[in-house]
Amino acid sequence: MSFPYLLRRTLLYMAVFSFAIWVLIPIVLIGISAFTPKNEVYAWPRPIIPSHFSLETMSFFLHSYGVVRSLLNSVWVALLTLAFTLAIGAPAGYAVARFRFRGREGFRLGILITRMFPTALLAVPLAVMYLKWGLYDTLIGVALIHTAMALPFAVIITTGIFMGVPKDLEEAAMTLGCSRFGAFARVALPLALPGLAAAAMFTFVISWNEVFAASILTVNNRTLPAHILTTIQASPLYFRFAGGFFMILPALFFMFFIRRYLFHMWGGATAER
Amino acid sequence: MNAGLRKLLGTDTLLPYWLLLPTLAFIGVFFLTPLVKAIILAFRSDSGTLTLEYFRRMVADTRFLDALKYTFLLAITIVPIQVVTALAMALLVNTGFKGSRFFLYLFALPLGISDLAAGLIWLSVFTQHGFLNSVLYHLGVIQRPIYFISYQNIGLTFLAVVVAEHWRATAIVMVILVAGLQMISKDYLEAAEVLGARGWKKIWYVILPLLKPSLQSALIIRTIFALQTFAVVLALAGDIIPVLAGEAYFWHFLYHNSHIASAYAVLLMAISIAMTWGYLRFLRSRMEVIRG
Repeated sequence: MSFPYLLRRTLLYMAVFSFAIWVLIPIVLIGISAFTPKNEVYAWPRPIIPSHFSLETMSFFLHSYGVVRSLLNSVWVALLTLAFTLAIGAPAGYAVARFRFRGREGFRLGILITRMFPTALLAVPLAVMYLKWGLYDTLIGVALIHTAMALPFAVIITTGIFMGVPKDLEEAAMTLGCSRFGAFARVALPLALPGLAAAAMFTFVISWNEVFAASILTVNNRTLPAHILTTIQASPLYFRFAGGFFMILPALFFMFFIRRYLFHMWGGATAER
Repeated sequence: MNAGLRKLLGTDTLLPYWLLLPTLAFIGVFFLTPLVKAIILAFRSDSGTLTLEYFRRMVADTRFLDALKYTFLLAITIVPIQVVTALAMALLVNTGFKGSRFFLYLFALPLGISDLAAGLIWLSVFTQHGFLNSVLYHLGVIQRPIYFISYQNIGLTFLAVVVAEHWRATAIVMVILVAGLQMISKDYLEAAEVLGARGWKKIWYVILPLLKPSLQSALIIRTIFALQTFAVVLALAGDIIPVLAGEAYFWHFLYHNSHIASAYAVLLMAISIAMTWGYLRFLRSRMEVIRG
């Protein structure tokens, strides 16, 4: 009944390579588009590989009105989000990882449920509230809603990270004279640092990619995705392709670094065995 | 272990609550308050009277029924295909062949790509002089480009959105399923093999039932996010295909009516809650994996 070993292997690798091609090809294609000379994207018949690769499209994109500014806004919002999220979420993650307390399970479930609500449900009323609070069209305002969106993930990821740092080490430090905080700062924190860096990058990517809330909460101080989205109907195709390519670059870069930590989010299982 | 220390660490009753306080306070201000405010905006006029006026106007809008239809159609089409694809990817990677780790990370790559960027990526494929038409031309299939994205070909436009969403968001389902597969005890698998279950039989009778909690949370998470599909549609199809989240955006952004935008948001929330409830009820098991 069972296939010969070699045939089974061949089928396995064929399936795996088909999926790999399916995942990779669109990324390659947007890369090609971003370096195709501007007017060639309108040509027909259009060659699949452009006549020559050129920086014209990317340069047009980066020199377009508002792009560099929104790019800097995006970086700033993402950094603020990262700082807020870790400062607020990491202590909660530590608490869930280290202590047994009443309401622990309720807290874990509750924090996940917050992520299940539509972004529109937060962004639209926040736009109204921000007008009163003086936060409308500010980068801090955008960073705060991004923090609300990233916080559940940050708590879950940091819980997993602190669970991976043996409790015994902290206890040992305390028997040797460290205070509770000292044991945390000198023992647990350094060991958790690589994981926390991954959580930080993940938070950065969430903020960098977010478009709905950023578009609704800003007018002049747009982030890059908000700028691209709100000008999309009026911008030429090559601008959109360059924008798409530019947006995925840092995301792919960070995903490469945090690949091993992706699994912290789901059920605490890690990719490492 | 020092009993006093145990006590100090284990029953330190107030410290964990202090550590949770910032998160709880933040959620209070930036989640619960807007949630209540959205409901108020949707049901109360500026003069302070309770009203269903905004829902009436929402439903009466010419795009409303189409938005409702396409939002559901997208979720119903995309989610099952995604679960099947992701399951295939997860099972393949889980066989642990040489290089499987590399492919696992490769398959997870779209996880870092935003819905807007995914829409633009697939625009380069489906646009009038895009890659798909070029390939078809060079293969000699067509002479003139096919309009994949246009009011005349809503069916094709819809398919383009399905392909883009499928490409972008299958990775998250795969990650959940791989995490689930790794939690399945090796003992069950060995027992299954001893009892003669191999290949498809092992997958169908042993792995899938054990994977049910992961499948369920993947289904719930993906359905809820599929209902919010927005930027992919906007980037790829403009306003050819209306969706609920897009209407909320337009009502706020173009028409500056936060009441009707909130009505859309509340409707989306109601649908999400109803779908989650439906899944939990009909799949008859609890949210084990979500609880972790």
